[in-house]
Amino acid sequence: MPPLPQTVPLSWYLLLSAILFGLGVAGFLFRKNIITVFMSIELMLNAVNLSFIAFSYQFRQVDGHIFAFFVMVVAAAEAAVGLGIILTVFKNRATLQIDEISTLKN
Amino acid sequence: MDVILFLIFAFIAVASAVSLVLQRHPISSALSLIGVMGALAVLYLLLGAEFMAAAQLIVYAGAIMVLFVFVIMLLNAGRERPSAASRLVRWLGIPLFTLFIGVMAYFIQTFFPKTLDVSFGGFTQGAGLEIGRQLFTRYLLPFEVTSLLILIAIIGAIVLARKEI
Amino acid sequence: MNFYILTLIKAGLVAFVLLTTAAYLVWIERKLLAHIQLRLGPQRVGPHGLLQPLADLVKLVTKEGLIPQQVNKIYFLLAPFAAVMLALISISVIPFGPEVEIFGQRTWLQLTDLKIGVLFVLAISSIGVYGVALGGWASNNKYALLGGLRSSAQMISYELPLALAIAAPLLLSNTLSFRELVETQSGFLGGVLGNWNLWYQPVSFLVFLISAFAETNRVPFDLPEAENELVAGFHTEYSSLGFAAFFTAEYANIITACAVGTHIWLGGWQPIIAPHLGGIWVPSLVFAFFGIMSLFHATQPARRWDKYTFPVLGLAALGLAALFAIPLLQPVLVPLFWFAAKTGALIFLFIWIRGTLPRFRYDQLMRFAWTFLFPVALVNLLVTGLVVALQP
Repeated sequence: MPPLPQTVPLSWYLLLSAILFGLGVAGFLFRKNIITVFMSIELMLNAVNLSFIAFSYQFRQVDGHIFAFFVMVVAAAEAAVGLGIILTVFKNRATLQIDEISTLKN
Repeated sequence: MDVILFLIFAFIAVASAVSLVLQRHPISSALSLIGVMGALAVLYLLLGAEFMAAAQLIVYAGAIMVLFVFVIMLLNAGRERPSAASRLVRWLGIPLFTLFIGVMAYFIQTFFPKTLDVSFGGFTQGAGLEIGRQLFTRYLLPFEVTSLLILIAIIGAIVLARKEI
Repeated sequence: MNFYILTLIKAGLVAFVLLTTAAYLVWIERKLLAHIQLRLGPQRVGPHGLLQPLADLVKLVTKEGLIPQQVNKIYFLLAPFAAVMLALISISVIPFGPEVEIFGQRTWLQLTDLKIGVLFVLAISSIGVYGVALGGWASNNKYALLGGLRSSAQMISYELPLALAIAAPLLLSNTLSFRELVETQSGFLGGVLGNWNLWYQPVSFLVFLISAFAETNRVPFDLPEAENELVAGFHTEYSSLGFAAFFTAEYANIITACAVGTHIWLGGWQPIIAPHLGGIWVPSLVFAFFGIMSLFHATQPARRWDKYTFPVLGLAALGLAALFAIPLLQPVLVPLFWFAAKTGALIFLFIWIRGTLPRFRYDQLMRFAWTFLFPVALVNLLVTGLVVALQP
């Protein structure tokens, strides 16, 4: 095993971001609970934020931070509306399983 | 020191994310996601993004995730039932996931062959001053548009939360 | 001295002082509440119940920690731990005094200074809700669940006015570090009164105080544990150490909130009265006055033990007065005195209000936050921003 480097290469951060994004996609596809699916989307947004901030370090500008900030704002708005929709769906269907909410299908 | 900190918190982030995907109970998933967010906040600090680290904790972990936990508790969401399709998808998904990571690693190595080495304290503009300045000059229009977005979200949430729907 | 050793010593000291203060805050609160309601309060353990916190501690530690059968065990055990940990973290960025020299070592009376100290405290306090919410949910008890639900809704709602109220004085001070925040409040208005943010920002201070009551789950906003509706709210199922952890977390949160209020609005460790008017002698005078009063009462004993207790108390107070008058120690002790006095005054206010006000109804609580407190904080912030922008 090669010795650990003294500093972390920025590409490690990007790779970590990719792994987290992939896990978010996996959660989005695997899970059946609508809330967990929603949380997987949040995980993907977080992963993207990490790479924005890593790029910001690379280019010595705060623009990446500002993009991440906007992503956070969008995530907050999305959470408010999305959870409202989930509450309404649960009120009408009494279930949180995605594959059971399929009224339009038949 | 930097490497050790990075490895510890990267491991926490990945482990929590895996736990998010694998846990059957939504509350466990939510707490795992909070773990990811906390670890990411520390990584932001290592990248010199102090303001974003605080915002990550306040907005994501402190507000959005509290809403999630609130809704999970309110609906008393129980354990998720595994379905036949999801078992099939899992056996297909793990190789696909590995492939995705491999491709991403290849891309990162090819397109960014000489990235900077991150050392703590190497980037000092992230403490709020510079972000505020940029946000209210160069990015003023997007900033105002997001405020409009939030207004729409508030109205949407109120409409959805009414009793009649 | 080594930086790490110094930090370790400071961390241990701060943790010890914070936990002791939290324990004795319970005694002080019980005593004050009792006197507000014309009772005596704890009297049995030690003189005037002074050893009551120790007795409580022994009782809570030696009691059996019940884990009910129907609970979610991991989260049930995790919740009090998370609550107390998050409550103790934020004290690490709060300074207690200026840079001082002890044994030839220049050091700040503070664990660490973050550039984003205020945001850090806000962040930790916003995560603090998980302890309560999780405890309520994991208990699998409808009262506890209702307490946890109420707590999370209440915390989210009051976080907004709290953050907006803190933002207004930050606009004036132009910094997010507690240390610099206190330094911008140095100097004296007209050479007499401390140049505090409170004089410029009274509205935001009031909004902050009200929100802090809600954030720390105190009367009149203690809906999460409203005992006449919800048994004991989120900690219904907790006993022994779990209960003690929730209790410690609540009191540590109160201390942190009061310290934050002191630093942002009340000038931190800056004296109230200018030094040339004798501001540096105020602590000595206060203790000397107390000592002389005690000695005077000792000459007219009303109860059996007064002949002994009052002279001891008086001499101790006079000794403290002498200690505060030593010029060598003054740069360390006087700022500490002011910080403790201001924080103590705010904590007294917390207890006073608990003894005075009834509890809100839940819908009133939410309506108050969203339709009154939030607009007031917002307008205050806008006006402050306008004034700061128009300043030449």
